[in-house]
Amino acid sequence: MINVKVNGSQRQFDGDPDMPLLWYLRDLLQLTGTKFGCGIGLCGSCTVHVGGTATRSCSTLMKDVAGKEVVTIEGLSANGDHALQKAWREFNVPQCGYCQAGQIMQAAALLKDHPKPGDHEIDEVMQGNLCRCGTYQRIRAAIKSAAGVKA
Amino acid sequence: MTTTQNRVENVSGVSRRDFLGTIFSAGALILSAPLLPSDAEAAGTVDSAAFHPSVYLGIEPDGTVIIVTHRSEMGTGIRTALPSVAADELDAMWSRVKIQQAIGDKKYGNQNTDGSCSIRDFYQAFREAGATARYMLEQAAAKQWGVDAADCRARNHEVVHAKSNRKMDYGQAAVLAAKEKATPPKERLRYKTPQEYRYIGKDVPITDLEDITTGRAVFGMDSHRPGMVFASIERSPVLGGQLKSLDDKDARGVKGVTDVVTIDAAKPPYGFQALGGVAVIADNTWAAMQGRKKLKVQWTPGEHAIFTSDTARKSMFETVHAPQKAVRNIGNVDAEFAKGGRTFEADYYVPMLSHVSMEPPVAVAEYRNGKVECWAPTQNPQAVQDTVAQAVGCKPEEVICNVPLLGGGFGRKSKPDYVAEAAILSKKLGKPVKVVWSREDDIHWDYYQANGAMYLKAALNEKGVPSAWLQRSAYPPIFFIFDPTVKQAGMIEMGLGWVDLPFALANHRAENGPAEAHVRYGWLRSVTNIANAFATCSFTDELAHQAKRDPIEYYLELLGPDRTINFKKEGTENFNYGRSEEDFPLDTARYRRVVQLVAERSGWGKHKSTKGHAWGFAAHRSFLTYVAAVVEIEVDDKGRVRIPRVDYAIDAGRVINPDRVKNQFEGAAVFGTSIAMMGEITAVDGRIQQSNFHNYPVARINEAPVMTNVHIAPSEALPAGAGEPGVPPIAPAICNAIFAATGKRVRELPVKKTKLV
Repeated sequence: MINVKVNGSQRQFDGDPDMPLLWYLRDLLQLTGTKFGCGIGLCGSCTVHVGGTATRSCSTLMKDVAGKEVVTIEGLSANGDHALQKAWREFNVPQCGYCQAGQIMQAAALLKDHPKPGDHEIDEVMQGNLCRCGTYQRIRAAIKSAAGVKA
Repeated sequence: MTTTQNRVENVSGVSRRDFLGTIFSAGALILSAPLLPSDAEAAGTVDSAAFHPSVYLGIEPDGTVIIVTHRSEMGTGIRTALPSVAADELDAMWSRVKIQQAIGDKKYGNQNTDGSCSIRDFYQAFREAGATARYMLEQAAAKQWGVDAADCRARNHEVVHAKSNRKMDYGQAAVLAAKEKATPPKERLRYKTPQEYRYIGKDVPITDLEDITTGRAVFGMDSHRPGMVFASIERSPVLGGQLKSLDDKDARGVKGVTDVVTIDAAKPPYGFQALGGVAVIADNTWAAMQGRKKLKVQWTPGEHAIFTSDTARKSMFETVHAPQKAVRNIGNVDAEFAKGGRTFEADYYVPMLSHVSMEPPVAVAEYRNGKVECWAPTQNPQAVQDTVAQAVGCKPEEVICNVPLLGGGFGRKSKPDYVAEAAILSKKLGKPVKVVWSREDDIHWDYYQANGAMYLKAALNEKGVPSAWLQRSAYPPIFFIFDPTVKQAGMIEMGLGWVDLPFALANHRAENGPAEAHVRYGWLRSVTNIANAFATCSFTDELAHQAKRDPIEYYLELLGPDRTINFKKEGTENFNYGRSEEDFPLDTARYRRVVQLVAERSGWGKHKSTKGHAWGFAAHRSFLTYVAAVVEIEVDDKGRVRIPRVDYAIDAGRVINPDRVKNQFEGAAVFGTSIAMMGEITAVDGRIQQSNFHNYPVARINEAPVMTNVHIAPSEALPAGAGEPGVPPIAPAICNAIFAATGKRVRELPVKKTKLV
């Protein structure tokens, strides 16, 4: 039995401890904001926070999150009003939108470590998150705006 | 099935239609605007691009305006843009508009969201829907008040009679209007002037913005049905391979796996059929994937095991180095070459490409009582109906295709093979099935953008300007998937930037030769324009450098005097994206205007390219939109390329939502960068060699252009297209800049294969 806290709720999981967190969230909890993109940690669509750290849920096993706290896009803010979510809307960032939950979760972790990120930090931290629609320049602008950094 | 209530019957006029119950309440004014006489459709006399749908717009008694949008949302913003057109002509408050995604139904007209044509083909239809409703609301209010309708104006969700200072909300007027028996004749409609537009030409935010940023948006991948099982499918690694042996004992032993089911192999033509294979069924996605890994499967080699992309490349170059079928011929190229003057020639090559939308193919299907309901991220819900019907043996109208958001499409999701798989499995298992493709599946069984070889040769006069221009191409044909006997590209590929070169050339011949297809080829964002623009725009730049001329100045000289090119008169078959040359002529003045605009806005004349830092230019009209691009690049001493800036100038005709058009072009610059720098699919013995983002990379934030500026030329021309036209000029503009920065001419994509320093 694995105990894990997801978006503030204590959960118990008695399935295969080798199941990746992604599929637990999506298929068992129906928390579908976290997306499947590549399955091997190369695209970042599945990014969540585990213990406050941006983590690829597709390649993080359930046994590795035992006793930990997981936050998904659904739990990032109470009313969708995290500074990044607001900035994403202000800059009309999304196109198809599929990767954006992962982008926002990664960016939220970025701002924790670098409250005033420059282009270099943004490149370093966000390069694990693919966007096939190519919304990168707006992602960059939205992050800077949320952080109060001059574009 | 309850959602059959969603099925819209072909009604004209006005009525209360409770079969629309799931969309509209009983008291709603439901307006149908059949814009195409059905007899014209039946007679087959209508050009498909001009085909207009019945667009349904309803107004609830509470004033909520419901607009049914029938095109798929895959990131272009179409789910917002088209409804905003109808809402504008209706003069509705945007906050009181509810957008309803249509199911697949041919009564809506063409729903294949492809070819950058949603606005082009449906702008007028949505205007008409809005204007018709506005007219009827004004009439109804006037009748109620006993005043002249000419004195009533529907404005901002109210009908106003200024003389008596009376106002009526749209909801109340709609209840009155719903009593009318017929919609007004078109000639009575009054359209807004551009000065009156409140949404058209404005940056209306996308309707799903809040849901996307909070994780609530429902994509195809998020579709769910009670009692649903999950499937992961092993397919023949080579097209045409058949199942030879199967041992599923270990797969069945995986916890969560409930079944293993085979799907019959598809037979040519492959079309959109399910390929066939072995499906592992489980109670969650991951268990299905794990079970699949434990399958022991053997396949027959399949007829296409002879395909190796390197060999095909050599063979295509042999083809383009010999005379081939002329598809455009002006003057006498051979006579000019025979004069023995100076010539310049070059070979270009683009590899196969894969779409890799962030959401891999996925579908849920529920077969019950001989009918199927699907939830599919599809660009083409009517193709889902046809394909699924064929697969399970029912009629297309017995297939309901719900269309959630698409996590990208880029052409892949026009082909619903993955939906057919879900339907076949649901029929076999008697329960709802979700088929999830892994990224590896997506790359291995894609409908690839074709590789292509191109050879160009010019005879040059004393000023370095071509007195003859010959261009030959070969690429495996898209139509192979529909007819395996097709061995050569057709009129469509030729129209995508090959025969429609805009230059004023006294002697010009375009040719195309055969090439065999051994994988499923398809169409990827901008399609053959990728190869055609790469070759023609690179070659033009090469000639400019040969002539020691500024590339833009040289380009404008080749473009020649302002004129429209009359392909019909010339005897050239020009696809023109299915639209007439009268409505959408190739106008070189519009080409010139975007070239001059991009030169000005990018500061072209003020920069001087130096070693390691340079600017490149390319221009290409596609999907009837004129695009010119300038790309700034830096190449460091290790040969690494950085792209600080891209400038686009575009003439797309009337633009509905400038912000979304800009976003499409910003994205196209990134998409084009992936094609230019890193995209390459290869095959050995019929097997695709790439599998995931480590060996089929696409541009990341640190590799993409840092800043893309999109300059939209004001234009009153008919709306053209925005989703794809930004892609073609990027690869040649990057390579032209690389040449200016390094002296290295990249003639074969991707750039990563060439050592730059």
